[in-house]
Amino acid sequence: MSLFEGYETGEFHDEMFAADGSVRPNCAALLQSLGGLEESEFLERKANSERYFLHNGITFNVYHDNQGTERIFPFDPVPRVIPAAEWEHLEAGLTQRIMALNLFLHDIYHDQQILQDEVIPRFFVENAKHYRPELRGLDVPGDIYIHICGSDLIRGADGEFYVLEDNGRCPSGASYLLENRNALKRAFPAIFDAMQVRSVQSYPRDLLAMLQYISPSRDEEPVCVLLTPGCFNSAYFEHCYLARQMGIEIVEGKDLVVVDDYVYMRTTRGLKRVDVIYRRIDDDFLDPVVFRPDSALGVPGLMNAYRKGNVALANAVGTGVADDKVMYYFVPRMIEYYLGQKPILPNVPTYLASEEEDRKFILDHLPELVVKAANESGGYGMLMGPSASKDEIAVFREKIIADPRNYVAQPVISLSRSPTWCDGAMEGRHVDLRPYIIYGSDVKIVPGGLTRVALTKGSLVVNSSQGGGSKDTWVLAD
Amino acid sequence: MLSRVANTIYWMARYVERADNLARLIDVNQQLLLDTERLDSARLAGFWRPIILSTGDDSLFQELYGNEGSDEVIRFLTDDPRNPNSITSCASMARENARTIRDQLADELWEEINALYLFIHSPAGHSLRITDPPRFYSEVRRTAAAFFGLAATSIPRNEATCFLEIGRYLERADKATRFIDVLNFLPEHVERSLHLAAILRSCGALGAFRSLRRGRINEREVVDFLVLSPELPRSVRFCIDRTDSALHKISGTPRGTFGDKAERESGKLLFDLSFHVVDDIFDHGLHEYLDSIQVRLNAIGDEIFDSYVLMPDILTSGTSRNVASISAAAIWEMQQQQQ
Repeated sequence: MSLFEGYETGEFHDEMFAADGSVRPNCAALLQSLGGLEESEFLERKANSERYFLHNGITFNVYHDNQGTERIFPFDPVPRVIPAAEWEHLEAGLTQRIMALNLFLHDIYHDQQILQDEVIPRFFVENAKHYRPELRGLDVPGDIYIHICGSDLIRGADGEFYVLEDNGRCPSGASYLLENRNALKRAFPAIFDAMQVRSVQSYPRDLLAMLQYISPSRDEEPVCVLLTPGCFNSAYFEHCYLARQMGIEIVEGKDLVVVDDYVYMRTTRGLKRVDVIYRRIDDDFLDPVVFRPDSALGVPGLMNAYRKGNVALANAVGTGVADDKVMYYFVPRMIEYYLGQKPILPNVPTYLASEEEDRKFILDHLPELVVKAANESGGYGMLMGPSASKDEIAVFREKIIADPRNYVAQPVISLSRSPTWCDGAMEGRHVDLRPYIIYGSDVKIVPGGLTRVALTKGSLVVNSSQGGGSKDTWVLAD
Repeated sequence: MLSRVANTIYWMARYVERADNLARLIDVNQQLLLDTERLDSARLAGFWRPIILSTGDDSLFQELYGNEGSDEVIRFLTDDPRNPNSITSCASMARENARTIRDQLADELWEEINALYLFIHSPAGHSLRITDPPRFYSEVRRTAAAFFGLAATSIPRNEATCFLEIGRYLERADKATRFIDVLNFLPEHVERSLHLAAILRSCGALGAFRSLRRGRINEREVVDFLVLSPELPRSVRFCIDRTDSALHKISGTPRGTFGDKAERESGKLLFDLSFHVVDDIFDHGLHEYLDSIQVRLNAIGDEIFDSYVLMPDILTSGTSRNVASISAAAIWEMQQQQQ
């Protein structure tokens, strides 16, 4: 009996099966080899992959737990397959998008043509929480601001991919993408043989090449470091992992010191000059002299070194203005304005609470909409209208009226589902996709991404902080 | 290597060594107590007081307990989190340090430190400490031994190993001087030879003493052995020799010379220990001699911190240099628990 016996696609777009229940052509080989496994063998391989995560310390820290508990990120061994042609389409759309976002940031921090031409109302930029007017006029290496972007994609009931949001500050999760693949290669080596899955191993290399590319000193091998908030951060595993893969130092704020506007790290051989910082801490914590004086995470004087062009930061400071949920609304306009092209990947229809007509619509339709705060992430600050209680809706109504600039609303998109092993049976669970886009000398997108899956039946929330897990993503060679 | 990482390795080793030594000290003296006749409370205080005095945490003990009963002393030294040098505190600090450099430690090494921490904080650990103290303390010592054994086979033989050795041997030297110092606080009426044997056992040196010195256990022989022996791995001289060697391995400066203040301090101390004879110690006064060694050990630790972590010379040399200040909190965190 196949593991997929009795599997139902339901009302949703399914990543593996067509609506009539037949397997999608690109997944036939997967169905044959995976579905043919005895349940006991499948479970053994699943358990092996989980052990792999635990033994390799692929864990995240649980906040507010002084026992230092570390958990593995829940992992489903059934991969999500993306055919070659579809990936080509995604690649083109994501490349277009990161180009436009970077042109927008350069414009906003220089002449602000797009505001003068009234393509985007000035009000939205100047009131964005992460806008840093003090950085206007500052040139950054290669005019690149967002060097690493993690854009969240979803597939709707119509089978089309939509962009749900852009993460242009410190997107995380790339280490899970790499380790999911390692775990699955161990669990199902034979299926890889049959499927022509594209490798994701180039990611750390591409990341390092990008960091070296933006170095201000070109004469010698640039010194790159990864700046972490420290071992209590929930993503500390990822910081260590990426630093090790790239062969660069992982540093904390106190390891760095700024002398005469140059950044150095303290080593047992004295001070060593640092050229590029892959920072995994937010703007606000980078430099206690400039931003938050109470921050012990950052490096006093770092912003001066940055302004003088003596050190490069990836991502640049101030990118948050481009990835907030209100600015998202304007990304298709940016693409048309800067590139003269039609957006390849559409946005999800979005209503802005600060626009009177939209706000009226939002307030009238709260039980049907998803409402999001402009600057929150990780599934926080969100109202899922259809599943919310009357009280929750009332609370959000007040919030929206009090601070309309901070809210957007979208119709509920029924995310596509992917077969997922749930307590003894294969069932459909909703998934999204976060590819990682690297922008250095050119744009590189590792073929695949982190497929996040909402493990709770019927849930549409895929965030790891809210009970989500992940899957390996297989982009096929053709 | 990053200064912070070097500093963290150094302190991790110190805390593991400190826990190991304390476990020995308490275990040995608990057993010694079994050899003595039933003591009234004044005599019991007379038994434990020298031990508390030698740890250097006497004023904290007086503040927290005030009365040197066996329970109080053992709790203070073993599992009182308010005592920053209790075994519990050492296990937590060792783990905290290991955690911040976990990516650079072998998994088994982390697991040993983590297991010790979990054991001490578990209900089973608590009850074992009360029902079967020797097993509790031997578990602490077993972990320390496993830790240094695994460290020797997994930490690269570069600066990392050097900083580990320095932390371990400075701590061990400090503890040896403190254990010997117990002699200076013993009340008049007690049988000193029993305490001499206990001190040897606390330093894990009773067997070595018997095989190397053969003679009767007397004060001069024991002090000579524990302070000046070039062979005993727990003698102060041996520890300083290893510390000095590791320091020179890091800097590349030939031994017998110095390139920084830490090397100068360790070289001078090693010179004294190499050319002193036991008469010099007693002429100087045993307590004063041990005390001055402790001061010099601290000086070595401070100079290492300055040379490799804080680097005030590099950062402030030349008046034109503009250094954005490192936060006071960060400095405090890096210095950790100096003893």
